Amino acid sequence: MSQADAIKPSPARREKLVTADGTPLRRALERANRRRKLTALALVAPLLAFILIFFAFPIAQMMWRSVDNPQIVNALPRTLQALDGWNRQGIPDEPVFAALHADMLEDLERPRREQAIGPLGIRLNYELSAARSAISRTARAVEDFEEPYSEAFIDAHRLWGQPELWRIIQREGRPLTASYYVAALDREYDEAGNIVQRDENRRIYVSLFGRTLALSLAITFMTFALGFPIAYFLANLPMRYANLLMIAVLLPFWTSLLVRTSAWIVLLQQQGVINELLVNIGLISDENRISMIYNQTGTIIAMTHILLPFMVLPLYSVMRTIPVSYTRAAKSLGATPWTAFRRVYFPQTLPGIGAGGVLVFIISIGYYITPALVGGQSGRMISNEIARHIQQSLNWGLAAALGTMLLVGVLVLYWLYNRLVGADSLKLG
Amino acid sequence: MSSTKKLFGLSAAASVLALSAAAQDPVSLTIVSWGGAYTASQQRAYHDPFMEMNPHVTINNDDGSANALAGLRAQSQAGNVTWDLVDMLPSDAQLACDEGIIMQIDHDEMLAAAPDGTPASEDFLPGSLGECFIPQIVYSTVLTYRPGAFEDDAQPTSIADLFDVENFPGRRALQDRPGTNMEWALYADGVDPEDIYDVLRTPEGVDRAFAKLDTIKEHIIFWTEGAQAPQLLADGEVAFATGYNGRMFEAIEVEGMDADIIWDGQVVEWDGWVVPADGPNADVVMEYLYWATDTQRLADQAKYIPYGPARASSAPLVSTHADLGIEMGPHMPTNPDNYFAPIVLDNDFWVDYGDEMRERFANWMLQ
Amino acid sequence: MALPAYYTTKDKLWHYAFRVICFAIFFFLLAPILIMIPLSFNAQPYFTFTREMLTLNPDGYSLRWYQDFLASDSWMRSIRNSFGIGIAATLVSTFLGTLAALGLSRSEMPAKGLIMGILISPMIVPLIISAAGMFFFFSSINIAQTYLGVVLAHAALGTPFVVITVTATLVGFDHSLTRAAANLGASPTRTFFKITMPLILPGVISGALFAFITSFDEIVVVLFVAGVEQRTIPREMWSGIREDISPTILAVATILVMVSIALLTVVELLRRRGERMRGLSPQ
Repeated sequence: MSQADAIKPSPARREKLVTADGTPLRRALERANRRRKLTALALVAPLLAFILIFFAFPIAQMMWRSVDNPQIVNALPRTLQALDGWNRQGIPDEPVFAALHADMLEDLERPRREQAIGPLGIRLNYELSAARSAISRTARAVEDFEEPYSEAFIDAHRLWGQPELWRIIQREGRPLTASYYVAALDREYDEAGNIVQRDENRRIYVSLFGRTLALSLAITFMTFALGFPIAYFLANLPMRYANLLMIAVLLPFWTSLLVRTSAWIVLLQQQGVINELLVNIGLISDENRISMIYNQTGTIIAMTHILLPFMVLPLYSVMRTIPVSYTRAAKSLGATPWTAFRRVYFPQTLPGIGAGGVLVFIISIGYYITPALVGGQSGRMISNEIARHIQQSLNWGLAAALGTMLLVGVLVLYWLYNRLVGADSLKLG
Repeated sequence: MSSTKKLFGLSAAASVLALSAAAQDPVSLTIVSWGGAYTASQQRAYHDPFMEMNPHVTINNDDGSANALAGLRAQSQAGNVTWDLVDMLPSDAQLACDEGIIMQIDHDEMLAAAPDGTPASEDFLPGSLGECFIPQIVYSTVLTYRPGAFEDDAQPTSIADLFDVENFPGRRALQDRPGTNMEWALYADGVDPEDIYDVLRTPEGVDRAFAKLDTIKEHIIFWTEGAQAPQLLADGEVAFATGYNGRMFEAIEVEGMDADIIWDGQVVEWDGWVVPADGPNADVVMEYLYWATDTQRLADQAKYIPYGPARASSAPLVSTHADLGIEMGPHMPTNPDNYFAPIVLDNDFWVDYGDEMRERFANWMLQ
Repeated sequence: MALPAYYTTKDKLWHYAFRVICFAIFFFLLAPILIMIPLSFNAQPYFTFTREMLTLNPDGYSLRWYQDFLASDSWMRSIRNSFGIGIAATLVSTFLGTLAALGLSRSEMPAKGLIMGILISPMIVPLIISAAGMFFFFSSINIAQTYLGVVLAHAALGTPFVVITVTATLVGFDHSLTRAAANLGASPTRTFFKITMPLILPGVISGALFAFITSFDEIVVVLFVAGVEQRTIPREMWSGIREDISPTILAVATILVMVSIALLTVVELLRRRGERMRGLSPQ
């Protein structure tokens, strides 16, 4: 575009500029330009399509699960219709129970794989414990129910006589739901349908997010505290020595994550190298071995080690570009070495600290493997809970809601990182 | 895919028409189980003999049972079921059954009767068969202790002693899940084993369990993986550890760990097979299932791992350990000497209240 | 290095203290990795140095964990899988990533920032989220628990590294060279292979190495997407650590450290060669 604009001929001479075959030059250039643009796009297209199909789409599809709510709508169409206009007080009238009866009977006639009753019970149980067995027990008996249905249902399971179950059916009886996010924020609906905090003894996710943030901050700070001195040291060495010592940073970087994690298990466990050493030199007694692993300490130590190179490398590349003469000038003007460092040198390293810090923070906030292996209970992070809900509890909606919240957090941080340093400047190795 | 189906269809037709066993095409079954010693016991008791009898069948093990629910649901939603048979816990089986992703089982039709003709539905231990679930074993979570851990040679004998830090000091290794721990808290607090789940279904009962757990909270170390529990005992890190009785047997009898099992209040649970709906080799799977859950096969598995067979008729056939020569009877959870105060895990309760209890338990652990 | 003459005692003290601190940090970085190497030769199934090992008694050392490793079918399968999947994923991501980098480095490329953002996203999105998304999607199109699924997943995770390294090489690329080639009558393909390719090759190779190590070291996606047939080395280590951590893991770890030293050396050599060729020789 810009090229075409730049050589845009003045109107007076427009007619005269043509190419050899008589096409106006302007159009020929535009065409050439468009062709080049298309060539560039064509080169990028395969990868773009690949990433969109096999990466972006799956993630979007997963995020969709956090609001997707087909179970109740599928299973109870008549009941929902009958519930329309229910005043949410007490239990609904007989026609609603009759509709529920009809819905269940119809569902049970379908082939088993297509029945909506089972998923319905599992879905309702997320909102109210024992709703699953209310559904399945009722489904087993429903063929023999006689009027009045309300009594038959309440006889089959007490929950049918509780307004709470009906309120849930009415509230969640639509194709989209916010309830997974409500649960992911340790909130729930009260009787009037307002979102309120859960009982204190059931709140876990907010504090888990808090812990994930706190651990990530601690790890980021540790990598900074350890990374800054050695980056400074390396940056002020002659290149020959710096390259040699850089291996100490790069070797961990290139070593398998599982290897490094198991190394820390070997070192830190109760019968491990460090405890044995401390016992043998008499610093601690055999009974008082230190618990350094399967807790937060383990997660912080191992992850600091794993992520340290991500702090050192950007810091180092920034420090290399800081001219020594600045600090020298400050000193010759009477600054003490400490003042010179603090007022002149340190501010210039801020872009590196920002880049390394955000990078380490982004990586650690979504970490899964190391906390799962060395974190025990107190060192687990939000990723571990997401994995548990996908693989074990099967509450994929809640997993998706937690995952979406994590993803949005990371993308915001990444956006900040971009503003700070620019994605293009991401350095590798 | 379609060509194997076609082949299989053809071969099934051929074998029916010609009644010839020789012309069978190779079938490969994928059986999902827990891995480790457990899969090894199934390999020796079931898979190897079955493959020997049916040379055209190959059995592949996939130790994905811990995450089998997710795999089953994903395969079923995709309409591409690759697993033939899955070993899982009855509570997981109940969820999968509710979702309709595993087959319902007609017990007397699909399972062998006992040698004396007792139908399967009566031969399997009461309450063990599920709508979609065929149990193989009874296992239990037991309390184990290190005899040397206490002063004056005091020896704990009951679950109540786990909660008695005065007479039995030292750290306790418990599993990091609410199951077993909450039952034991109530049991130690004086609730009858039969009433535990009725109490737990009330909010007051749950509070009572947590109040009891609070009394030992600062002495607890939580373990996650089955292997950690005996490890913690062996390393002398804890005085008590809860663990699966099979793992504890292995550690005590095979590796010579110095520890004793308290059978009081053992929490008993089943483990068994489920059949994914629309699996690729349904006919062979049903044949395998009929054979591998008969009286003799279930008794055979007990030669390799000390879990009790789920059939009453198998119990008298349980003999000695295949490699160690130890009489296995006394190590079975179902042995009358051990089965004096069992708590039978209520799967219905855990499917209904599991999420809520996990939240409360996680919250409790964080505080 | 001699210290400047004007240093006071305090300055000198600080100078040495700082060096001690730095070497302590280098020790922290390297020691955990290196300590596994002697421990992997332990004759006992422990993770500590036995008395025999400390007194350098040959009886304290053995190759039993390496024998265990070599005799195990599942470890051997995991090696085949790791290399097979790694190489296949690297080929895919290097091919797609290099093409895309060539496109991105053209000045006519529209919406560069947005596209770059999308292409780099596999590196930014937490692995657990990528893995979960792929698990659901790959299951629905029947490529979960297949080699194809794992290779595609790893290829997606590896491409950002290729895009970044090749784009970086192209920053210093002199476009007049390709124009000259075109002027002299070379076809675009010929220009690419004769002019562009040799110049960006170091970038392509180090991008490919990054893509390879990404796949080789990846575990989260493998946990979700791979079946038992596709288990890789990290996946076997994961089970090993969770089930029962035996020194076999240390033997495997030692071998992997050797692999990473080899890869590191290649990358370093490439980087230096690249800098020399572009006249960016350090200092």
